[in-house]
Amino acid sequence: MTTTFNKCLMAGAIPLAILLSSSAFAQEGTSKGEVEVLNWWTSGGEAKALGALKDKLADDGIGWQNMPVAGGAGTNAMAVLRSRITSNNPPTAAQVLGYDAQDWADRDALSPLDDVAKAGNWDEVFPQPIQRFAKSDGHWIAAPFEIHSTNWVWANKSMMDELGIEQPDTWEAFIASMKKAQEAGHTGLAYGGQPWQDATVFENVVLATGGADFYRQAMIDLDPKALDSDTMVRSFDRFRELLQYKDDNSPGRDWNLATAMVINGDALYQIMGDWAKGEFLNAGLKPEQDFMCFRTPGTQDAVTFNSDLMIMFKNDDEQQQSMQNTMAGIIGSPEFQVTFSQLKGSVPARTDLSSDGLDACAQRGYEQAKAAAESDTLMGSMAHGYAAPAGVKNAVFDIVSSFVNGNMPSDVAAEQLAMAVQGARS
Amino acid sequence: MSTPPSSRGIGERLQHWLPRLVLSPSFVLVLFFVYGFILWSTWISFSNSGMLPDYTWAGTRQWSRLWSSWTWGIALHNIWVFGLLYIVSCTVLGLLLAILLDQRIRAEGTLRTIYLYPMALSFIVTGTAWQWFLNPGLGLERTMHSLGWESFSFNWLIDANMAIYTVVIAAVWQATGFIMAMFLAGLRGIDGEMIKAAQIDGAPTWKIYGRIIIPQLRPVFLSAIVVLAHLAIKSFDLIVAMTGGGPGNATAVPATFMYSYAFSRNEMGIASASAVFMLAVIAALIIPYLYSELREPRS
Repeated sequence: MTTTFNKCLMAGAIPLAILLSSSAFAQEGTSKGEVEVLNWWTSGGEAKALGALKDKLADDGIGWQNMPVAGGAGTNAMAVLRSRITSNNPPTAAQVLGYDAQDWADRDALSPLDDVAKAGNWDEVFPQPIQRFAKSDGHWIAAPFEIHSTNWVWANKSMMDELGIEQPDTWEAFIASMKKAQEAGHTGLAYGGQPWQDATVFENVVLATGGADFYRQAMIDLDPKALDSDTMVRSFDRFRELLQYKDDNSPGRDWNLATAMVINGDALYQIMGDWAKGEFLNAGLKPEQDFMCFRTPGTQDAVTFNSDLMIMFKNDDEQQQSMQNTMAGIIGSPEFQVTFSQLKGSVPARTDLSSDGLDACAQRGYEQAKAAAESDTLMGSMAHGYAAPAGVKNAVFDIVSSFVNGNMPSDVAAEQLAMAVQGARS
Repeated sequence: MSTPPSSRGIGERLQHWLPRLVLSPSFVLVLFFVYGFILWSTWISFSNSGMLPDYTWAGTRQWSRLWSSWTWGIALHNIWVFGLLYIVSCTVLGLLLAILLDQRIRAEGTLRTIYLYPMALSFIVTGTAWQWFLNPGLGLERTMHSLGWESFSFNWLIDANMAIYTVVIAAVWQATGFIMAMFLAGLRGIDGEMIKAAQIDGAPTWKIYGRIIIPQLRPVFLSAIVVLAHLAIKSFDLIVAMTGGGPGNATAVPATFMYSYAFSRNEMGIASASAVFMLAVIAALIIPYLYSELREPRS
């Protein structure tokens, strides 16, 4: 999600940040009624969304000490967080993803949020798959911000109209429409060739090919029989078919540049999570009028999600504890969930709210997420670390990226995938 | 000067102790931060460490996971290809440039500076510039297309089989000037009388170079290869800036492998094992070299 250049800068800055963290930050007193929040929300919509939390806290007279660590999709922020914890100087709270909250809870580093959760009836309003990440041993340890879903297709409306393309409902229609665009001299699929993006598209194909049960069996339960199965081979076949419609220049491309291809009318579709919507909105385009959003054909009944979590670190100071509870309460509150998602492009993590305040895509997305939670097809995204821990996730990235960038046959890919997952779990 | 004997004693003692006093903090810092952390990394590589250090003994578990890792195989293969091509190309090109510059040509100073300049850039700058230059949609290929040469194609950067060679090109571009300067210094140090004698005997120039000059440059070759070899094994920033280890994992090297396992895969144990392995390889190169260098004066 950042440029390589940024990553490099950060690679250099980490040691510096680690040094600073033990000296400079330690001097900042926490008795002034301030919360220190580690996060990597530095870009437009994200920063605005975080600003909403800051404003809410200010209403309660709580100060805000931002501690942004940009870059690496959170990798750099997590490196700083680790050094803060190991030097016994935790921030008040930190934004984390996926299994990280569980890992910190296992180390007994987090404040339980059970009181807040009980007051807000969190057990009822947050769907089970989210609770899987926000609760540990029956205790709430994280406050979920939102639900992002990754099985979306973003389409250029005027190109669809021009070529007479209807919104595709089946995989075959989806491929046929890209073929049409290709024949008209456009790129069928705007594609960013980075491992996490490869995996995002791949998990869409797996879900579309095998259905929700197969996705769960392969990506979440990591069943070797499912990973090296005929259905997986067929998924790889379909993935290869899909890859014919990307342009040759895709390797290394950032996701937002791929989105720009759809915005500028160079490409018909992009398969990407709902954060891509922010790019369209920033370009002044309107959902359903200038661009289309629909679930990846074949995945209409399921939603693959990721969700940002706020975790609070253990603290002896009572004032800090009460501020942590206040912050968690705000994050879980209905108004904040809607405001935050409006700004960030996601949908609320609570399933008991009205979708009125959201835009057309998010309204549909929210209803689908609710329905999926209802029918047990709201499932964690593999590409974003909500299906399996980081080691397994990256092992999947290795195989999927090699498949994209080489000419590995599908049956070999499925076999390698099962082996790599097995290796990462050993 | 008639200083009292006692104060002269203090002065002498100070002279005796001052260097040790001044050096001791850096000695202690090096001892702790370099050797201390080498030991720590080694210890971690035999532990169960994942996201955070965990000091429970795991035997050789992390090492066997390292060697069964598919990416590690790619990383080793890449460092072998990259290192070999990098060292050979830099040495050959550097020597060639040095010999050409050594022909008492005009504006030698200017040319030397031009060749040496890439060394002044950081690998990040080199990597980013070459990435733009070699990117088919931005750089060379696009320029050729816009000039009318439609069939021109140079897409190594995005071809998983060729990408590692683009990294070699950028790295060679950066280091050749420096190696040239080393050889130039070596060439200038050769006794002119010997060459004159050979010329009088009627030996052709290529023979003078092949039989007399280049054999005398042996120590320079050794230094150049040691410098290049450890740069190659440490290479990280150039690859991160240029390809990000991609397409896929096609340009992963041990250093990017280690970074990825330590920071994004929460596998500190495997990362430490790979770091210790890299250290061992570098040590295997450097220690014999240092040994021979330090021993020489005595013989």
